[in-house]
Amino acid sequence: MLKLIKIFFVTIVLSTSAFAASDGDLELSKKDKDKVNKTGKDCFEPLNRATFSLNQGLDKIILKPIAKGYRTLPLPIRTSTGNVLDNLSNLITIPNNVLQGELGKAGINTGRLIVNSTIGILGIFDVAESLGFPEYEREDYGQTLGRWGVGPGCYLVLPVLGPTTIRDTAGSFINVMGGDPYYNASVNGNNEYLSDKVYRISRVIGAIDFRAKNIESLDNLEKNSVDFYASVRSVYLQDRENKIKNIQRGSVEVIYKDEEGWEELDSK
Amino acid sequence: MKRLFSIIILLIISLTHASNAFSISPDVFIQSTVNRASQILSKDISKEEKINQLKIVAKETVDIEGIGFYSLGSARKSLDENQKKTYSDCFEKYFLKSFSSRLAEYTNPEIEVKNKEVLSKNYTIVNSVLVSTAERPEVNIDWRIYTKNPDKPLIRDLIIEGLSLARTQKEEFSSILSSNDGDINVLFRVLEDFSKH
Repeated sequence: MLKLIKIFFVTIVLSTSAFAASDGDLELSKKDKDKVNKTGKDCFEPLNRATFSLNQGLDKIILKPIAKGYRTLPLPIRTSTGNVLDNLSNLITIPNNVLQGELGKAGINTGRLIVNSTIGILGIFDVAESLGFPEYEREDYGQTLGRWGVGPGCYLVLPVLGPTTIRDTAGSFINVMGGDPYYNASVNGNNEYLSDKVYRISRVIGAIDFRAKNIESLDNLEKNSVDFYASVRSVYLQDRENKIKNIQRGSVEVIYKDEEGWEELDSK
Repeated sequence: MKRLFSIIILLIISLTHASNAFSISPDVFIQSTVNRASQILSKDISKEEKINQLKIVAKETVDIEGIGFYSLGSARKSLDENQKKTYSDCFEKYFLKSFSSRLAEYTNPEIEVKNKEVLSKNYTIVNSVLVSTAERPEVNIDWRIYTKNPDKPLIRDLIIEGLSLARTQKEEFSSILSSNDGDINVLFRVLEDFSKH
């Protein structure tokens, strides 16, 4: 029954995404509409800005000080923590490699998971990297939906969780509907080693690790932005576009697509 | 008549030669620009002095006016000449402050130019990396260089780990304008406030 409710919820979320993308059909030209579908529309901007302010407050009071404390830990501890989190994320990456038709990558990541979970002692050591495995790229269900042609839908800022889109939120729900083996084993599983508490703690550590790695870059972005909210939104949406297209360094075609700005300026 | 003809030929040859001599490859241009910035940042001078010197480098190497009007998006089409002038002034002050204070945070950053990709006659992308230190990992930085005038290439965008600064700035400005009914004076005020503080 619970599963049915979850499926129903995700269906609603996905269909809302489709509606959101077609919401302004009457007002937008086809070109504008394509642009909105590809880059995400800020349908709930006033609410998003309020949530963003709340998150900034929580970040300043709680997350950033903890992340700064975490940064004082010796580098090997932080590296090992990052390795364990990356290794766990493989459990989501592998099915998404398959769903995106990248069977070669799925095979490589399965090998990486086996090597690092065994010889690397539950992922503490990235033995696969030492053995010459290619650089690890995380995948998730939001990226897979993007690869399948689902537009981002409206841009959202969730309390505590931060920036996302309707498509990416739906992707996150797929994790808890059975798409994340680690979640299944720890929250729904019946074993003595894992529990929902272990799952939640690992998620919190993941957030701290991410924040600790981005202290300077986020400070710099905030200090040099005239509208920090809009900067974070732009950076998040660009990053997701790159990840969906598996582009590491950005691409001129992606960055400046639907973009006549430079051409118009150059012609003057 | 023959003498005049010889002078003209000599003049043409010398001008062509001069043009070749001053033409600069985009990757060499970026490496020399980052070396200049790096030298300034490693100097034993005050932060203010570093910022002032970085501003000079930026004025010489970045297409500030082009980036400014690109960042304005379609709103640039509705500006009159006075507003364009005001905007250019505000934007230059804002950009130089933002650019130099971003860089001034680093002490002796080491940037290595790795590759270049010629996109067209007008554009080349130069790939570089900010070398990792104990505090931060390696960062990929790509430079979009406007090469319409090969003797004076200009930086038009920085793409850091796939994220375009020009695009981010454009979306920021667009957000400010849309939250204020497209009132360009609000944007002027925001840029002026940023430059003053």
